Amino acid sequence: MALLQRGCALLLTHAHELNRRLFSITAACTAIQKMTRVRVVDNSTLATTPYHRPPRCIHVYNKTGVGKVGDKILLAIRGQKKKALIVGHKMPGPTMSPRFDSNNVVLIEDNGNPTGTRIRVPLPSSLRKREGEFSKVLAIAQKFV
Amino acid sequence: MIVGVVTSADAEVFQVALSRCVSTDGGNGDPPKFQPPPKPVMIDKSKTEASHRRFLSPEFIPPRQRTNPFKFAIERKDMIQRRKIIDIPEFYVGSVLAVVMADVYASGKSNRFVGICTQRSGKGLGATFVLRNIIDGQGVEICYDLYSPRIQQIEVLKFEKRLDDNLMYLRDALPEYSTFDFDMKAMPPPPPGAEVPINQQKVKMKPRPWSKRWERSRFNIKGIQFELYFTEEELTHAKKWDTPWVEYDMLKEYDTSNVEKHIWTEVQRELSK
Repeated sequence: MALLQRGCALLLTHAHELNRRLFSITAACTAIQKMTRVRVVDNSTLATTPYHRPPRCIHVYNKTGVGKVGDKILLAIRGQKKKALIVGHKMPGPTMSPRFDSNNVVLIEDNGNPTGTRIRVPLPSSLRKREGEFSKVLAIAQKFV
Repeated sequence: MIVGVVTSADAEVFQVALSRCVSTDGGNGDPPKFQPPPKPVMIDKSKTEASHRRFLSPEFIPPRQRTNPFKFAIERKDMIQRRKIIDIPEFYVGSVLAVVMADVYASGKSNRFVGICTQRSGKGLGATFVLRNIIDGQGVEICYDLYSPRIQQIEVLKFEKRLDDNLMYLRDALPEYSTFDFDMKAMPPPPPGAEVPINQQKVKMKPRPWSKRWERSRFNIKGIQFELYFTEEELTHAKKWDTPWVEYDMLKEYDTSNVEKHIWTEVQRELSK
């Protein structure tokens, strides 16, 4: 079910109600697919500098188009294409595995090296299973859940 | 003074002190002043403190289905077997727990997580509970199987109940309500016979929209003060989704009191073997 989620513009009509946010948020309980807005959690310049559009997934390197923890995706960030690794999503996974409140992603080069130098957000320990591929990403991670 | 000692099947000793004053005139010719007999003192030592509150974990109660009760009986046998190995303490939604889980990929082979229990679901061996915490600004929820062999220790750090059975609304509440320190010290356990303390806290929410419309009656939430976030009109509009007839639906009734008694006696008997 690939719905094209349109990025909602700021709604200026009912802006006087202070209890509301000025944009709508789709009920995201799915894993990462095309057009999902993600949160980049490392400390690279691409991640930390603000931009008027949130980073979005444009391709999932997977047989199915749905990305779970440990899958590589292609991100559109600050007008550029960049590969990234999914390190946590809002969708509940297998029991005993953590479910995060945001779709977290770490920027990665084509050879698998991470772009940033530190990841402050906790990572799921199931990533350690693929120690060979993600050794450098796991090395810069600070906390595992 | 006449002291009577009565023994019966239930109580160990009933001590009843009766006294009958032999009245004498004070010498004035007035009738003697009436002395009421002292109240009897009953000390019932048969009931120990632990049995004052009977707690049966909710996953023992079988759902109302057409499956053979034999299936639930053998499941209960396996659950009791597991409980003899690991102490699964009594806890409710709203208590803060620390769970140590065996993890091949974690350093030291085990993984400790502290969080508030937001929901308990599942029956039998598939019973689960979800712990929520906010670590380094990131909200994390882990759904644990109660009877999983990977669980090494479950410890209750704060034993209490909340106003609701399901605390999913904590996802839309301010982060301070879901943050619990990993090095939190365990609160002293309450006295064995006491009632479960209910935390009457009303939680402050982030600005709307929320992930679910918690104001609607199908969630039946008492832990949020909706007047702070909604106008009168919006609250009456939310009442449109009320289903007041569900309370009187006889087909949905499931009285578990008798079933609970049987299962409680069975569980206590098997655990003490």
